[in-house]
Parts: sequence; C-alpha cells; structure tokens
Amino acid sequence: MTSGSIRHHGIRRAFTTLTIGALALFGGAAQANPHSWQLNLTRGASTWSPVPYHLNNISLAVCTVIGLLVFSAMFIAMFRFRKSRGAVAEKWSHNTMVEVIWTTIPVLILITLAWLATAGVTSWADTTGSQMTVKVTGYQWKWRYDYVDYLGKPVNKVGFMSKLDQQSDDTRQLDSGMDPYAVKVGDENTYLLNVDKPLVVPADTKIRFVITSGDVIHSWWVPATGWKIDAIPGIVNSAWANFTTPGTYRGQCAELCGQDHGFMPIVVVVKSKADFATWLAGQEAASGAPAAAPQTAQAAAPAPVPAGGQG
Amino acid sequence: MQFPGRHDGAKVIKRNPRGLTMGQQHDAYFVPTKSQWPIVAALVMFITVFGAAHWLNAGPGEAGFGKGVLTIGVIGIIGMFFGWFRSVINESLAGSYNAQVDTSFRMGMMWFIFSEVMFFGAFFGALFYVRMYSLPWLGGHGHGVLTHQFLWSDYVASWGANGGGGPEQAGGAFRTVPAWGLPLLNTLLLLASSVTVTIAHHALRAGQRGKILVFLGLTVLLGATFLYFQAHEYMEAYNELNLTLRSGVYGATFFMLTGFHGLHVTLGTIMLLVIWFRVLKGHFDKDHHFGFEAVAWYWHFVDVVWLCLFLFVYIL
Amino acid sequence: MSYAATHDQHDDHHGAPKSFFQRWCMSTNHKDIGTLYLIFALVMFFIGGSFAMLIRAELFKPGLQLMQPYFFNELTTMHALVMIFGAIMPAFVGLGNWMIPLMVGAPDMALPRMNNLSFWILPFAFLLMLSTLFLPGGGPAGGWTMYPPLSLQSNSLAYVVFAIHLMGISSIMGAINIIATILNMRAPGMDLMKMPVFVWSWLITAFLLIAVMPALAGAVTMLLTDKYFGTNFFNPGGGGDPVLYQHIFWFFGHPEVYIMILPAFGIISEIVPTFARKPIFGYKAMVFAIACIAFLSFIVWAHHMFAVGLPLGAEIFFMYATMLISVPTGVKVFNWVATMWGGSMTFETPMLFSIAFIILFTIGGFSGLMMALVPADFQYHDTYFIVAHFHYVLVTGALFAIIAAAYYWMPKWTGNMYSEFWGKVHFWCSVVFVNVLFFPQHFLGLAGMPRRIPDYNVAFANFNMISSIGGFLFGASQLIFIGVLIHCAFFSKKKATDRVWEGAKGLEWTVPSPAPYHTFELPPVIHDDELAHGHVND
Ligand code: HEA
Ligand code: HEA
Ligand code: CUA
Ligand SMILES: [Cu+2]
Repeated sequence: MTSGSIRHHGIRRAFTTLTIGALALFGGAAQANPHSWQLNLTRGASTWSPVPYHLNNISLAVCTVIGLLVFSAMFIAMFRFRKSRGAVAEKWSHNTMVEVIWTTIPVLILITLAWLATAGVTSWADTTGSQMTVKVTGYQWKWRYDYVDYLGKPVNKVGFMSKLDQQSDDTRQLDSGMDPYAVKVGDENTYLLNVDKPLVVPADTKIRFVITSGDVIHSWWVPATGWKIDAIPGIVNSAWANFTTPGTYRGQCAELCGQDHGFMPIVVVVKSKADFATWLAGQEAASGAPAAAPQTAQAAAPAPVPAGGQG
Repeated sequence: MQFPGRHDGAKVIKRNPRGLTMGQQHDAYFVPTKSQWPIVAALVMFITVFGAAHWLNAGPGEAGFGKGVLTIGVIGIIGMFFGWFRSVINESLAGSYNAQVDTSFRMGMMWFIFSEVMFFGAFFGALFYVRMYSLPWLGGHGHGVLTHQFLWSDYVASWGANGGGGPEQAGGAFRTVPAWGLPLLNTLLLLASSVTVTIAHHALRAGQRGKILVFLGLTVLLGATFLYFQAHEYMEAYNELNLTLRSGVYGATFFMLTGFHGLHVTLGTIMLLVIWFRVLKGHFDKDHHFGFEAVAWYWHFVDVVWLCLFLFVYIL
Repeated sequence: MSYAATHDQHDDHHGAPKSFFQRWCMSTNHKDIGTLYLIFALVMFFIGGSFAMLIRAELFKPGLQLMQPYFFNELTTMHALVMIFGAIMPAFVGLGNWMIPLMVGAPDMALPRMNNLSFWILPFAFLLMLSTLFLPGGGPAGGWTMYPPLSLQSNSLAYVVFAIHLMGISSIMGAINIIATILNMRAPGMDLMKMPVFVWSWLITAFLLIAVMPALAGAVTMLLTDKYFGTNFFNPGGGGDPVLYQHIFWFFGHPEVYIMILPAFGIISEIVPTFARKPIFGYKAMVFAIACIAFLSFIVWAHHMFAVGLPLGAEIFFMYATMLISVPTGVKVFNWVATMWGGSMTFETPMLFSIAFIILFTIGGFSGLMMALVPADFQYHDTYFIVAHFHYVLVTGALFAIIAAAYYWMPKWTGNMYSEFWGKVHFWCSVVFVNVLFFPQHFLGLAGMPRRIPDYNVAFANFNMISSIGGFLFGASQLIFIGVLIHCAFFSKKKATDRVWEGAKGLEWTVPSPAPYHTFELPPVIHDDELAHGHVND
C-alpha cells in the first residue's frame, strides 16, 4: 500500500510518518511513481533500474562523507583560529605532502565510481537479445506507440496515440477553477500523469524501445525503467527495459518541446505475459481490417483502458 | 611583455621596459581622450541588427520598415568606422602612441584573429561532423543502424552531389564545383597575394615607398580578382549546377564556409586599400606601421582559412 | 613634444569631467566603465530575478494560476539569458575593469575606448532581446539552450540571435582588453607569478571567452540560416542532425559555466587570505588548478547530452573527463580551508559570504559529480535535480562571490564603510533562504519532476511550495543589499582607510580610498611584502 493511503489512519499516524519517511528515502517498486515528500530516486521496476538508484546512493554517500570532512575541518579552523580567541596568524603557506595526498585520494575515489558507472552504462547500451520491439514517436504534444514485433513475430498493425487524459486536461486550463487534488484513479492522484490510452507491455520480457519524433525533440522518460532517452526527429534512438513487476508506471516528456511540454505524460501498463498475449490479440483483431493504416489505428482501437486499474 | 621580479625601486627604473626614465614615465602611459565613437558604434550596430531582424521576421510579402532601418544602420557603421579610424590615425600621427600602446594594439589584433579562427572552427566542426557522423549514420553505418532501418532505409550515404542532399535530396539534385578549376586558380591568387603583401612589408621596413605601393597595389588587385572569380563560381553553382544554400548539408556547409571566407576577403581587400592610401600619404615609417602589419596578419589569416577550405571543401 | 601635445588632450587628467554625458557615455576610464558594468549587472539581476519570482509564483501550487504555459517558457528562457549574459558575466567584467588595473599597477585598461564600446553594446543587446517579449509572436521560449527544431518555431529567433551576436562581440572585446591589460600593462616587478589570484583567474577566463564565444555565434548563425535561408544543418532530411547544434552549443556552454565560476574562485582567493591574515595556501597550485579546470572544460561538453543517444564510447569518455574536473576543483576547496587553518580570522561580511560560497559551491559541485555518472544522469537529466545543481554553483557560487567582492571592495570604490550590521543581516537572510529555495529542488528532481514545466502533479506540491516561499524571501533579502549599497555610497559617515581591511595585501590597497580618478600614472615601485603573494616561494 502507498504512503498516501495509510496517512489517514489516526492512531498509527506517528508510526506512519516514520514509514513514509523510510519509504520516501528508500522507495521500492511499490514507490515507482512519485509521491508526496519523496526524497530519493525510485528503485524502479525493471531489471536495470536499480543501477542508477544504487549509483545515486553510493555517490551521495561518498560526497556526504567528503563534505563532512572538509566542512568540519573548516569549522574547526573557524573556531580555533579566530582573532577574538587571540589566534596569531602563522607564516607557512605551502605543504607539498598534504597537497599530494588530497590530490590523489579524490582520484582513487573517482576511479571507483567511474568503474561502477561504466559497468552500468555498458549493460544499459546492450539491446541485444530483446524479445519485443516497440516504436515510440513523440509529437507536440502526445506520444505514438507502434508494436513492431513480439517474440520474434511481427505484430500486425497495432499502434495508437496516447495523450493527456481528459480530466487532467480540463483541470490544467488556466483558472479552470477545478482542483488538481480531485484528479484521481482509485486513491492515486494522477493529475498530469495519466493518459487516454497507455502503452501496454508484458512483464519479464526484454523490450527494445526504438524512439524517434515527428516534430521537435522530446524525451521519453518513465522513472520505473531507470532511464530517459531523447526522441529526435529524423533520428532513431534505442534503449531496453525488462519490467519485473506488473503494474502501472507513470512518466513524463523530459525535453522542452513547446508550450505543452508539461502536459504530455507517459503511462506504461505492465501485464503478466498471459494477460498481455490476450490484450495483444484483441488489439490485432480490432485493427486487423486491412484498411486501417497506422494513423487511424487510434480510431479503430477500443475505448480507452482506464489506466491505473490494472496490475 | 614579462618583467623579471623587482625587489627594489632603483633597479625598476633601469630595467624599465620602455627604456624611459621615471621622469618620462608620466607621459609614457597614454590614456586616450574621451571619444564619442564607442557609443556611436554601439548605437549603429544596434540599428543594423534591429533592422536586419525586423526584415527577416517580416512574413512573405509584408512590407515592414526592416530594410530601411538596416540600410541606415549599415551607412551608420561605415561612417562610424571612418570617424573612429580618423581620430585614431591622427593620434598615431601626433606620435601619442608609445611602444606600450603599440603592443596593446598588436595583442588586440592577434586575439581578435584568434576569435575569428574559432568562429570558422564552428563551421568546420559542422562540416567534419556531418561528413564523419551524421551522414554515415543516416546511411546505416555504425551507430546509425536503427535510424537507417526505421526511417531512411533506401538512403545510401555519400558526400557531394550524390549524397550531400541528404535522404530527402533537399534542394533537388545538384552537381558540385570541381576543385581543379576556378578554386585552384583562386588558391594560387591568394597564395600570390600573400607573397606580394610580404614583399610590401619588407619594402616598408627598408623604407622604399614606391615598391610598397606597387606590391600592396598588386595584393589589392589579386584580392579583387579572387572575389570576382568567386562571384562567378557562385553564379555558376546557382544557375548551372543547381548547387544552392538549400542543397542539403553539402550546400549549407559549402556556401556558409566559402561565403564567410569571401566576406573576410572583401573586408581584407578594403582594409588593404585603405592602407595603400595611407602609405601614399606617408603615414608609416619603418618602425611605426602597426596598421600595416595588422592588415597583413589579417590577410595571412584569410589565406590560411582558404587553404583549409580548398582542402576540406573542394578537394576532399 | 608630441607627448606634451597629447598631454593637453587629457581633458580629464586631473579628475572626472563635469558633463554627465561626457563622463559616463564617452568614458575611457576603467573605474567609470567598471561602475557602469556593475550597475548594469545589478539592474539585470533584478530583472532576471523578477522573472524568477514569476516562475516561483506559478509553481507555488499545482494548477495554472497566473499565466499560459507559453509565457512560462518565455520567462524560463529570459530568466536564464538575462542572469547569465546580463547579470553574472557583466558583473565579473565590471569587477575586472575596476580592480585589475589597480591590482597590477596599471593606469587603465590597455584599450580604453574598446572598453567603453564593450560596455555600451550590452544595454542595446538586452533592449533588443527583452523587446521580443512584446512582439506579437512572443519572445523565445525554447530555453536558454535554444535547441532546434523547437527554437526554429519561434517567431523572434532573429532578434535573439542578433542580440546574442552583440553580447558575444561585447564579451570578446572585453576579454581581449583584459588579456592585453594583464600581459602588457603590469607595473615593473609585478611578474606573472606574483599577480593576485583574481587577476590570474581573469586572464584564464578571458582566454576561455575568446575561444568559445565565437563558437556560440556560429551555432546561432546556423539556427538563423536554417530558419530564414533554408539551410539544412540541423535537418536529418537534408543530411544534418539536430544533435550537431547541441555539440556546438555545449562546446561553448560548458566553458561558459566555468567562465562564470573561475573569476569567483579568484575573488574567494583574495578574500579568504585577507580575513585569515595569512597568505593563500599553495599559490602555484591554485593557479595551476584554474588552468587545469579551464583546459578540461573544453573536453567535457557532452555531459549535457548523455540522454541524446551518443555512442557508448562517447558516453564513457565524457563521463571520465567530467569526473576529472573534481580533482583541481577539490584542490581549490582544500587550499581555501588550509588558508584558514592557522590563520587569525575575523568574520566581516565579505568573509561570511566567502565561507558560504565554499560550502554551498561544494555542495553544488557534489551534485555535479553525481550527474557525471552516466547511468545516474539518465534519471537526473532534465529534472529539478539539475536545476538545484546549477543554482547552487551559480547563485551560491558565482552570485555569492560577486556579492562578497562588492562588500570587499566597496570601501575602496566609495571611500565609505558599508554598514556591517546590515551587511550581516543581508548575509544571514540570503544564506538561509537560498537553501530553503534550492535545497528542496534536489528532492523534486529525484522524485521525478522535470524542469521547464509550468504545472505538476500534486506529489510535487509540498517541496515546490517550500521552494517558492524560500524564493520570495531570498528575493526580498536582496532589497537589503540595495539598501546597504545606497547607504554606503551616499550616506555612510564612516570613512574608509586606504588599507580598509587589516589583513589586506596588494597594490589596490596602497592607493587612497576612494580610489582617485586616475591611479598609477607613474608605475608604482613594488615591494614584495606589499603583494598578497609577493613573498611566497612555493
Ligand atoms: C558555475 C557554473 C557551474 C559549475 C562550476 C558546474 C560544475 C560542474 N558541473 Fe554543472 N552545470 C551548470 C553549471 C555549472 N556546473 C549548469 C548551468 C548546468 C545546466 C545547463 C542546462 O542544461 O541548462 C549544468 C549541468 C551539468 C550537467 C548536465 C546535467 C544534465 O543536464 O543531465 C553535468 C553532468 O555531468 C554537470 C556536471 C558538473 C560537474 C562534474 C562540475 C564540477 O566542476 C564540480 C566540481 C566540484 C566538486 C566536485 C566539489 C569540490 C570538490 C571536492 C571537495 C574534492 C573532492 C570531491 C570528490 C572526489 C567527489 N553539470
Ligand atoms: C546565473 C544565474 C542564475 C541566477 C542568479 C538565478 C537565480 C534564480 N533562479 Fe534561475 N536559472 C538559471 C540561472 C540563474 N538563476 C538558468 C541558467 C536556468 C535554466 C533556464 C532553462 O531551463 O533554460 C534557470 C532556471 C530556473 C528555474 C527553473 C525554471 C524551469 O525549469 O521552468 C527556476 C525555478 O525555480 C529558477 C529560479 C531562480 C530563483 C528563484 C533565483 C533567485 O536567486 C533570484 C533572486 C533574485 C531576485 C528575486 C531579484 C531581486 C529582488 C527583487 C526583484 C525584489 C522583488 C522581489 C520580491 C520582493 C520577492 N531558475
Ligand atoms: Cu514533449 Cu516535452
Ligand atoms: Cu557542463
């Protein structure tokens, strides 16, 4: 259960706040979507997404330690060597020994961090052996998803547009008088984080995303995957994700793309392999009619799936 | 320009770089008088770009006052240059400029040329990037496999006429300017002009006014001929080869690089002409001729840029 | 003879000219031009800050309350351009103008008239840029990075591009002037390795400026031709690549951020020794570190582009190069601390701001290092984590250093002491509220809030509200600064001594306060113990 849902139980509030704090700092898969008072990165919900999470924690720790050392040294100096305490300035202004030390130690620390990061980015770059390909295209200001292949077989014309859901869109209008807090799916607030038709993908499957754009540069970002990558017109980028747990994962466009850059969210619904197979079959049947060109796939597609319901 | 460490005043005077005694020091530092030219310059620059911007922005057919303002601005700039340089020349003739001021001017010119180098660097960088990365990638090489496969599957990357238009053959099919025709001739012209300007410089050091005028004049002529040929080349490109600014990255890099270079040659030629007249008026003597040298440096710089152009734009 | 002739031309020889226009618009005096730069920077800081206040107001709570999204993007773009090119950079040039000649014992800048031109271009450039806000099509709204193709959709592109050309010309001329001054105008005995660190930092910064400003000019020129003349630099259909722009821009952009911090390093390296009453620790190391940072800044640019889909090799190279910068920067931080160690410290306002700088800049540096780790940056990129990073290095870094410098040298400029009490009030307000303003933005970024958005999910509400409140209070605190400045310049009764600060060393403190209109018309005779670093032999 999410921190949001337990907040209201009166008696356990004290305990709860602790839980929230803990979750906030070390949010797990249950916390793959942003929540109030969140303090740290999400661990995500894919096989790779822990990499940035751990790198973040490690480098943060390293920096904190160094910081504490440097700053405490400084404060000690500020206390011990203040004129008001009768301190008399010394004359020395050089010491090769310490200078060598504090040049080399950072180097060593950096080498360690670099080594970890290199391993991480190398595994990220390796899209080989993917069992599914989804083509993602950014437009001002919506996303298009086309299913290219699944388990080695090409997918027959399944593709659709995915844009900000109606409720959020009405609410976000300048002085609409509507309350962002009222935009909910279940007990989860989905203001600006919900779409009319989410991307549906299977769990435990190495999915290759090929990403491009139809107009300006966008960036496809679902924190649960652990990465974002730019959607560039005329260029195709690729990245992969292998979701471990079914669920609904939300993200947003992460590259300034014009006035509604803040209003083109991303929702990925991860289903179990079996559920996904049935869903895909349904889609293929619906858009099967030879007439249906990809562009009109959206019209041909069934009524929007209420995101958030699944998983 | 670097003085050794001095620990006591006495030696300072002896080792003074300007070889002047303390007494003269006072005048040796030259702080120019107030001048209205800087702020005038800023103003006319503003008028120019404002006009230009307004003109560019005026939609097709829209009249707009852009053009008018632009012309006023340009005229203003020309006038400003005349005014500013006249005052500088007069001061220089009045002998106000000592060795130190001269050095400052030289440094100023050198670093200015360096900044110009970096400006061309941006465009050369673009040229290298498209030739080494973006075009091959669009053609499916190396990093570009997916881009090719999903978007440009029937595009075969290559440079020049058959690939420079990009996958969409932007600007339509075109042919390129062969390196061994006019461009070669132009190369020789510029090289020659570099020689003549150097001869003129030596003549100046030797104080042979006649010789200076002849060779400096030659340099101007060579520069002008170069420009004439380049204009010719451009017309040919547009009329016969259908090679235009719009001809994909090839056209873009070709015209922006050669165009900006041509602009610099034009400026250089004008400056050389001015120097020619100043020589005629006897403004320079064998150890006071910074103006001459500055222009000479500039000319050599323009020359070197052209050599790079010839190599990377025309030959390769 | 002719010398005498020019001597007579020195209408302003024994003091400032009477006529206002003559003095301020036709000036060839480094002090007046420096003052102009500083005032201009202050005005721009308030304009850019007001934009920031509007941004924070819109982000105060979820839902759009004040403005349409497009206007919000205009604000973001203008805020950055005004702050970077209008406030921080001119402020540093102003400080350089005022202090470099005083510090190296020169009578003025090497090229005084060009100096005046460099300044006067700026007001016109910003007139041009800010005017676009009132154009029918609206101003630029593609962010200060102006990535195509988005920036090509803007109707005011031409205005902005030309404005940037003007700013570039101004910066380049300013930089040339500073280099010529430092290399050619030093008094006998002021050899390079005896120059104050501030002068060193400016020498290297000026070089960076001349090297990268033209690249920016080239990049925006390509934008111009792509939009108005049909070139295809950034259009894959024509064989170009939008990413090409990002490469050129960041080849400028990264050195640019160091252009905004190296002079700050210089300032801190002047102030800390003064109030620690102890020479700077490891002078040579400090100078060398600045040089290293400057060099490295040319080979790290793609760390802004980790998410554009670079080849793996490039990602790794730029990650390593970027991380390396931490080492020389660290040396500087450690040396400042070592300078304090064994000193005899007092904590006047300039010192307080310097200490805050050391701590808060380091924090900003740490987040920078975290972003250098490519996999982590895949999450951080284009979120408020970045926004927090660069405000720590820019506001509590560059800006705090500028404020510290203002307090440090104000007595020399005006001849009066500022009010120490109100200075300290300004400091404590600023240092507290700036952290309320920017620290929560780390959390927002980590929680997944993208930058450049006018509205957000309620999950981000709490920290945004805290940040906004901090923002308003920090902004308000700057009004105190204005008060202190005005009081010091016009009303302060407390006259400043020539040396001003007990521990102050260097030529600038040997001239009277306020510094006379003309100084060092005779090259000073330099005694090494006068210099901050004269007697160091390490
Ligand atoms: C003054 C300006 C300034 C400065 C000094 C820096 C300094 C650094 N910056 Fe920053 N940066 C910006 C201004 C600046 N930056 C701006 C404006 C942006 C955003 C641009 C935009 O997109 O709009 C940006 C963005 C930015 C990014 C891109 C993020 C993204 O968009 O995804 C990255 C990534 O690597 C980065 C890294 C760094 C690093 C490693 C440093 C290093 O120089 C920091 C080095 C300092 C330290 C590390 C602290 C002190 C050192 C020690 C105490 C020694 C021991 C420490 C260790 C061994 C860890 N910066
Ligand atoms: C050098 C630089 C500099 C400085 C000093 C600042 C200062 C500030 N910046 Fe910013 N900022 C940038 C450089 C800088 N910034 C850059 C490069 C970007 C990226 C742009 C982009 O994405 O393209 C950015 C973006 C940026 C954003 C993200 C916008 C977005 O992504 O949509 C925000 C949001 O909070 C912000 C806030 C602030 C605030 C509150 C201040 C405060 O420090 C300002 C304080 C100053 C004042 C407030 C003015 C003085 C006081 C008054 C005017 C009195 C009136 C006010 C009151 C009484 C309250 N800045
Ligand atoms: Cu699409 Cu931002
Ligand atoms: Cu950078």
